[in-house]
Parts: sequence; C-alpha cells; structure tokens
Amino acid sequence: MPNVLVIAETRDGKVTGASREVTSLAAGVAKSLGGHAEALLLGDVGASSEAGGLGRFGAATIAVAEHEALASYQPEAYAQVVVSHVRAGDYSAVLLPATTLGKDLAPRVAALLDVPLATDATGLEVDGGTVVVERPVYAGKAFARLEIEATPVLVSIRPNVFSATETDAEGAVSTFTPDVDPSTWKVKVLERLQATGGTTDVAEASIIVSGGRGMKDPSNWNLLEGLRDAMGSGAALGASRAVVDAGWRPHSDQVGQTGKTVAPTLYIAIGISGAIQHLAGMRTSKTIVAINKDPSAPIFNVADYGIVGDLFEVVPRLTEEISALKAGD
Amino acid sequence: MKQVVCLKRVPDTETRIRIDGSGTSIDPSGVKYVISPYDEYALELALRTKEAAGEGTVELLSFGDTTGQETLRKGLAMGADGAVLLTGEATMDGLATAKVLAAELKGSDAPLVLFGVKAADDDQQQVGPMVAVLTDRACVTGVSSFEVSAGTVVCHREVEGGSEVVEAVLPAVLTITKGEHEPRLASLKGIMAAKKKPLEEKPAERVGSRIRVRGLSEPPARPPGRIVGEGPDAVPELVRLLREEAKAI
Ligand SMILES: Cc1cc2nc3c(=O)[nH]c(=O)nc-3n(C[C@H](O)[C@H](O)[C@H](O)COP(=O)(O)OP(=O)(O)OC[C@H]3O[C@@H](n4cnc5c(N)ncnc54)[C@H](O)[C@@H]3O)c2cc1C
Ligand SMILES: Nc1ncnc2c1ncn2[C@@H]1O[C@H](COP(=O)(O)O)[C@@H](O)[C@H]1O
Repeated sequence: MPNVLVIAETRDGKVTGASREVTSLAAGVAKSLGGHAEALLLGDVGASSEAGGLGRFGAATIAVAEHEALASYQPEAYAQVVVSHVRAGDYSAVLLPATTLGKDLAPRVAALLDVPLATDATGLEVDGGTVVVERPVYAGKAFARLEIEATPVLVSIRPNVFSATETDAEGAVSTFTPDVDPSTWKVKVLERLQATGGTTDVAEASIIVSGGRGMKDPSNWNLLEGLRDAMGSGAALGASRAVVDAGWRPHSDQVGQTGKTVAPTLYIAIGISGAIQHLAGMRTSKTIVAINKDPSAPIFNVADYGIVGDLFEVVPRLTEEISALKAGD
Repeated sequence: MKQVVCLKRVPDTETRIRIDGSGTSIDPSGVKYVISPYDEYALELALRTKEAAGEGTVELLSFGDTTGQETLRKGLAMGADGAVLLTGEATMDGLATAKVLAAELKGSDAPLVLFGVKAADDDQQQVGPMVAVLTDRACVTGVSSFEVSAGTVVCHREVEGGSEVVEAVLPAVLTITKGEHEPRLASLKGIMAAKKKPLEEKPAERVGSRIRVRGLSEPPARPPGRIVGEGPDAVPELVRLLREEAKAI
C-alpha cells in the first residue's frame, strides 16, 4: 500500500513541532505515491486529546497507543509498539523526527523490522514511485542521495528543515492499549534533570545567539542572554567548542561536529571564528549573521550578513534595536 | 571486566571532502584518516573504567579494509589490549555494518560494548543500537559518562532541555558522546607497546548493502554574503536587512 506512517512525538503531553513537520512531509510523499499519511502517537492514558491536531497537518488517521508506562520515552517499549503497528499495517514508508528520541528509536525499529535506515534526512522526494532521500554526510561537507532497497523505507527527518503546513482537514483518531510489560525492560530512567528553567534547547530553537572565545569571559554571557531575551521565546543560546572546553558553557550548548547540528531560521555567531567543525553544525541555518572583529575570520564566508567590529560595542546596540523593533510590533 | 570498543576509520574532520569521478564516493587521495572522534571518547571512557577497577581488558573491533590496521594500532597505543579487524567493505547501510559486527559480538561475553554516538563520515547514528538489538543487549545512547556496579551500568545522557540518569542491565551497548574527559594522546611508550599487542585480522561476514547511493554532491553553495558595515553603526542596517530581506525576525 502506498501509505506513509509517521511516528509522532509528544513532550510534556504536547505534540512537538518536529512531529508536525514530519506529518506534513509525509502527507506530500503519500500523495505522490497515491496513498495517505497516517500517524502513530505513543503516550500516557489521555494522550489522544492532543492527537487530533495532527489531522490539520496532514494525517488522515491518527492511532494513539495509550498506556501509563508510555508517558515518557522508554526505548524498548516504544520500539516494540512501533514495530507491531508497522507489521500490522502495510506502509511504503515510515518517517520519524530525528530528535533525541527519534535518533534513539529509529535504529532499534530498523533492526527489529530488518530494514535499513537513513537518518537525519534534509530532502525526501518521490521519483517515479521510488522514495529518494537526501542527507548530509561528512558533517555536511557533502550530501548523499540514497535509495533504500527495502519496504518500508525508514527515514528520520532533520527538524526545522521542512515546514509544517496547517490545513482545516481533520484526522480520524483511534485509541488502543498496547501490551507493555515493564518487568522485561533492560533499561530504566532513574532521574530526569531539567536544564535551566525551561529555556528553549539549542537544537530546537528558531533563533540561536551563539558565543565563542571572543566573548573573553563567561560573565560576559549576560550580553548574549540579553540579546536572546530580546529575540523572543523561540530563541536559545549556543556556543563554540572552545568555550565549552574552557568550562564557560555546558556541553549541551555546543554547536558543531562534536556538538549539536542545528538549522534555525537565524543563527548569530558572536566572537566565533568559524572553524570547519563549527560550520559543520550550523551551515544549514536559513540566515547566518556573524559579528567578529577580524574581517578575515572564516565565519564571514558562510554568513549572509556580517558586521566587522568589537562585539562588546555591537551586541548591546543590536539588543537595543531588536527590543525597540519588538516593542513597536 | 571485559570491554569492547568499536572503532571506525574516517577522514580527519579538517579534511576537505572531494567527490570522485564516479560521483558516488569520495576521492581518498590526500585524505588523512583518523579514529572517528566519538569512538575516541568511547575508548577513553573504557580505559578510565578499566583503570578505576584496576583490572579487566579493553578490546577493539573494526570493520573495513586492511588500512584499518593503522587505526587499530592507534587505539592500541592509547592503551587498549588487543584488536580484531573484520576485513570487508563498509557501506552506507548501517544495518549491514551492524550485522557484521553483531556476528563477531554474539560470541563475546563482554559485559560492555561501546560505540561512538555517530561516525564522522556517514553520520548515520545507528550502528550501536542496531548491534544491541541483534545481540540482545540493553542499550543506552548518547552517554557522556557511566559507572558500572554489580550487574548494571548507570549512565548520564543529554536530552533536549536537560539530562537523564539511566540504568541498564549488563550486558549492555552504550553509544558515547563527548563528555568531560578528552581522549588521551598516545605516549611514545604506548606506541612502542602497541606494536607487540595482538591484532587479529579475519574476513568479515558478507552482508549486502540495501542502501544504494545515487550520487554525492557538494553542499548547496550559500549565496555570497555581505559585510553590512563596521562597528555598532552598522546595526540599524543589519536589523533592516534581517527584517525586510531575510524575513528572519
Ligand atoms: C575532532 C574535532 C571536533 C571539533 N568539534 C567542534 C564542535 O563541535 N564545535 C566547535 O565549535 N568546534 C569544534 N572543534 C574545534 C574547532 O576546531 C575550533 O577550535 C573552535 O570552533 C574555535 O572556537 P571559537 O571560534 O570560539 O574560538 P576562536 O577560533 O579562538 O575564535 C574566536 C573569534 O573571536 C573573535 N573575537 C575576539 N575578540 C572579539 C571581540 N572583542 N569582538 C568580536 N570578535 C572577537 C576573533 O577574531 C576570533 O575569530 C572541533 C575540533 C576537532 C579537532
Ligand atoms: N565499520 C565499522 N567498524 C567498527 N565500528 C563501526 C563501524 N561503523 C560504525 N561503527 C561504530 O558505530 C558507531 C556509529 O556509527 P554510525 O551509525 O555509522 O554513525 C561508530 O561511532 C562506531 O563506534
């Protein structure tokens, strides 16, 4: 069957933005194949109340696996529920977001279904009935176009690359209780620690204010926090590895080859030279701004807009102008 | 305790990647190869675990062509005790790679098998958890540090917006990310000792790839950017461009 299944993700009971993007993408792919998109959502009892929203992003049907043991991600149980659902259906493709959860879940599902997996795709199209995946390799220094010679075609999708398109369609929601037996689990989460007061994670932010060694001292981060706050709620702080290794910033903020890969609408690199390993993590951002006092810094080669100057003069002015702009909106 | 660390040989992260004449692979000439960076973090944690326990062994496992010998010798020079090279052609099909490694690991009684969270060439981020499924081991991904105690391993991992402490029963597969401990450099003594350590080479099980590469391409060139100006006086023009041209704010 030419249908496409989306494994949707919730966080704090809400369907994530990345899941909406994948659902819209799946609806387009399914249409080219002559089928429709379906979604599978796993969650706590009552999760279905959130599920209907996926219909507006293109899911014709939404199956919700409700179980108290699925309230938060548990790899073995999630993989098992997904695999049974995929086996019971007949899908030409199964798509999921390449988030922390998706990156953990997808390879388990692939091994259990015995199908290959393409991860972190930035392109997906149907060419004469064949799904062709495009994904970055060598940390974004090249892109590979791939065909998966197995069914279903299993692909995880990089967040923030595809857009979620809202329509007024409604999806049919059905709920079921999967068989889940926590006594068989080989891993369990002992503790979840929330990072600093619910701020947006760098991997999911639409605007990133990122600082490097040019910031001189960790206490100067208040400048970047000010700019982030002026940018609004979708903004987050990022960092180069130099400042993470110096202990100025947590590793969770690091952008680059050995940090996070990000693709926000706007990436502002402040006092960052633009080493190849840093570019690997952010070069697919939609718009890149660089503020650096060295006009020959490699970051200017990828920046759409650059200001050559002392960040300690430029950043406060930028924060001021952005705040004024937002106040006028 | 016995630990196995899976190492992949990849181009140095500084390397410029050039696509070869076939259009489906990279031109290896002039490329310097290294142990994939996250695999080095995995090896570092394995060595620290062994040192803290005061006993045990760290074995290396790699799948690839015979040039992998050099990579494994580097790992031995860092302090691993022995290595196995499964010779064959690694492809973009991570499940095929996982099957090759799993065939070797099925017979192993090692309580811990460590992987890098992702290899710095194909960036697939999948082989570790696949091996875990295929060899029926517990699996925790994205681990930055861990402690082993009787029959279990307690892992710290980063997730969006925070971190988690996860416990897994042994035997387990862990995929390792960058943590607090930088990989050690091999000492001269280590390099000398590595020459005498066992490095076994044997043909890998043949598993066909089901991922076909249609083509590789250079990343889409970013349209040439521009320097808006110098110093704080350039800020109003930058904000205007972000608003009106880029529609980014
Ligand atoms: C295997 C490997 C993996 C790596 N992974 C990563 C990774 O994931 N992420 C990453 O970022 N790096 C990574 N690196 C490190 C990378 O090579 C660089 O060392 C690092 O990115 C440099 O950080 P930086 O730009 O902050 O510092 P620097 O290179 O020191 O640059 C500081 C910049 O600040 C500017 N500056 C200084 N003062 C001012 C001022 N007052 N106003 C304006 N500008 C100023 C300077 O002109 C300079 O351009 C990796 C390296 C290796 C070998
Ligand atoms: N050919 C290989 N030989 C040994 N280990 C490998 C190989 N390919 C992948 N791995 C391991 O699996 C991890 C993840 O690789 P990948 O899923 O390809 O990103 C790597 O960091 C290695 O630890």
